[in-house]
Amino acid sequence: MGAILTIQGLTRFFGGLAAVMDLSFQVQSGEILSLIGPNGAGKTTVFNLITGTLLPTQGKVLFQDHEITGLRPYKTTALGVARTFQTTSLFYDETVIDNLIVSYRCRTRMGLWDALFQTGRSREDERRCRQKAEETLEFIGLMERASELARNIPQESQKRLALGLALVTEPKLLLLDEPVGGLTEEENIGMMALIQKVRASGITVLLIEHKMKIVMNISDRIVVLNYGQKIAEGLPQEVGRNSAVIEAYLGAGYGEN
Amino acid sequence: MNRMVRKWLILTILVISVIIPLVVTNKYYMNILIMSGIWSIVALSLNLILGYTGQVNLAHGAFFGIGAYASALMMLKLNMNFWLVLPLAAAIAGFFGFLIGLPALRTRGSYFAIGTLCFNIIVTLIVDRWEGLTEGARGLMGIPGPSPIPLPWGGEITFKTMAAQYYLVLCFLLLTIFVLRRIIQSLVGRTFRAIRGNEELAEAVGIQPMRTKILSFTVSCFFAGIGGVLYASYIGFLSPEITDYHVSFDSLIYVMIGGVGTIVGPIIGTLLIVTLPETLHIAAEFRLLLYGLILIVMIIYLPRGIVGWLKSLKERKRKQEVSWEQS
Amino acid sequence: MVLFFQQLVNGIMLGAAYSLVALGLTLIYGILHIPNFAHGHKYMWAAFTSLFLVVNFHTNYWVSLVIAMVVLGFVGAGVERLVYRPLRNAPHINSFIAAIGLLLFLESLSLIFWGADFRRFPTLYDKPIHIFGVAITLQRLLVIVAAALFIILLQVFIKRTWLGATIEAVAQNPEGAQLVGISIDRVSSLTFGIGTSLAAAAATLIAPIFLVYPTMGAMPNLKAFVVIIIGGMGSIPGAVIGGLMLGLMEALGGGYISTDYKDLFAFGALVTFLTFRPTGLFGKGVR
Repeated sequence: MGAILTIQGLTRFFGGLAAVMDLSFQVQSGEILSLIGPNGAGKTTVFNLITGTLLPTQGKVLFQDHEITGLRPYKTTALGVARTFQTTSLFYDETVIDNLIVSYRCRTRMGLWDALFQTGRSREDERRCRQKAEETLEFIGLMERASELARNIPQESQKRLALGLALVTEPKLLLLDEPVGGLTEEENIGMMALIQKVRASGITVLLIEHKMKIVMNISDRIVVLNYGQKIAEGLPQEVGRNSAVIEAYLGAGYGEN
Repeated sequence: MNRMVRKWLILTILVISVIIPLVVTNKYYMNILIMSGIWSIVALSLNLILGYTGQVNLAHGAFFGIGAYASALMMLKLNMNFWLVLPLAAAIAGFFGFLIGLPALRTRGSYFAIGTLCFNIIVTLIVDRWEGLTEGARGLMGIPGPSPIPLPWGGEITFKTMAAQYYLVLCFLLLTIFVLRRIIQSLVGRTFRAIRGNEELAEAVGIQPMRTKILSFTVSCFFAGIGGVLYASYIGFLSPEITDYHVSFDSLIYVMIGGVGTIVGPIIGTLLIVTLPETLHIAAEFRLLLYGLILIVMIIYLPRGIVGWLKSLKERKRKQEVSWEQS
Repeated sequence: MVLFFQQLVNGIMLGAAYSLVALGLTLIYGILHIPNFAHGHKYMWAAFTSLFLVVNFHTNYWVSLVIAMVVLGFVGAGVERLVYRPLRNAPHINSFIAAIGLLLFLESLSLIFWGADFRRFPTLYDKPIHIFGVAITLQRLLVIVAAALFIILLQVFIKRTWLGATIEAVAQNPEGAQLVGISIDRVSSLTFGIGTSLAAAAATLIAPIFLVYPTMGAMPNLKAFVVIIIGGMGSIPGAVIGGLMLGLMEALGGGYISTDYKDLFAFGALVTFLTFRPTGLFGKGVR
């Protein structure tokens, strides 16, 4: 079907340190691609470069063959690239449903005048927001928690909600940064099922994850980073046997096996 | 609070506010009430950018002053009618809000607070020194009150009495509450709260931070301007002090003590701070001492203000009930 | 030409004064990331303290300086303990609002205690001396010398003493510092104490040049913030350079352009920096 996301020669320096160096890979439409690597390998930086939170020092990002390099995050979201954050990011003082409603705002058009005069457009937009929020709520399995405050729900629900916030913006590509961080084995399975469900609904997923069992199970392909550079790319089994990868994780001396 | 109870409470308060001038004839107290009304409008408008959008704006006094001076100058030097001047002066205040917001809102947190404070000082300095325009420290005098409104069946509504002034302010207070409430409860209001909650996340879900903040800031300044116009025509005299950052600090105190991010909060805060010291006859120097102390205590222990604290009590009770149900 | 040099010297003195006030502020912000918006008002209290000692107890000027530094040092530590420490985990803006409350409290306390009158600080050093046709009082010269001295002392303290290293450790990595057993509480109080002492020194040195009155702290407060925003929050060299820049801008701008609008330079500069380079001259860039 073609590449939905293309990264070409992406480089980002912080002072003298290269967090990401000459990185190139593609994400195929409809796949689940995992980005892995030891701590500090630059994975979250890559996400930040894609969404526009950070500007690359060099290189390009293309989404559906259009260049999106350096566009601000709200623009990339509007174009169809949504993301979650490594530390769960929610609107903690709002209820679960309100979290989702406001996240659909980018797909509505009403403005100040509509709000003041309660025009047809404002009522329509609010109805659509609520409807979309409820649909997403059901999709992520949090219907019973709709009126609870985001700060009060358990961690697993918070992770689901964070995913839901990204989902409700109607993305074509979803960037998930450690979606199962801090969850138990059982909760992992639930989240993985949810991610499969997301892909089944037609959304491409780019995933950062540390837990190898999950990565091996769920990924169609894997890209491995170390010190900001790509050291391997391919199917899970290939990558698992790659000596450079093993060395990166376990240190020199293991690679020869 | 249950909907029926709330409706009756609001109705009762409305009725009380309407009959107050018929009951209270003491000019001193009427003055306090009118000023409370004006300051409530200012506090409510500050709450939009501060409480709902989460940006600590310390330039509010400047916009209040710009509205006041703009209206006074238009009435005195251009002989314009009050009713035309009111929306115009407020629009001018809003426009300056837009201009100042463009650079200022690119900063955040304490930087934004300091930056807006500096803008406030710059405005006060200009108003004070540009004597050709504003009469400088001498001030503007003889600002007319609102012109009479002719009635369709003959006769007219005049604004010479305190009662009339009171009703004028009350009407605008209700209008402000109505408009702000509409905005806050709409999707637009939701985006404000999103910025307050987590600006980075808000941007990640597609909200445009600058556009949202500037909108909130501009509307906030517009209503501060309305407060300014009402003040100018009520008091009849202006001096550069009313653009001073102490007005900004006062508004901040009213909002923080009453409750940020609530509609009722700023009104309660204003009423408490404006009326209580007067009734208790606390001397001026001690007032500021008290406000300072209260502000410190509140921000540490009750950062959501009085109304926010009451709400959190309610929420804690509800959380207990939910866990009772679940167990 | 003489006017230029006169204004230059004034500017340097002004700059030295601003740097000295800003020094304490930047120390506090650099370590604790707390915008201590009541800094100028502690400065004001220091001026009153030393004035009180000199006028009522005929204390030696330099002794009163030291006493003011010690007293205000304790006040600073106390303020940290009571006001800022409870807010350590809250958003920074809450500390800022608390500082506003503190500012109002300190100012009105001063008004109640001392009354609103403007007072003169009697000094032995107000005879002007003439260097190359430029007049400068000894007091003003003292400010420049003292500022330089304190800056050097502070740098030495931070870079060469164990205590200074501890403070830097907390500034760079609070969690790491805690792990190796450093008490954040103690360091915070100490830093606040030192920062406030510096402001006290500045106050006692500068007060004889201008007048002493309860609202005297408001402008230095703001200008100190302008200085550290221009120079970069947390940077000592930044405070020095920022202070000098501001002092020179005001003196030269005030002398040549307009005295009426001279304060505008400070605030215009601040607004410009905030808009285009909020991290200041010595801060790091964004995005």
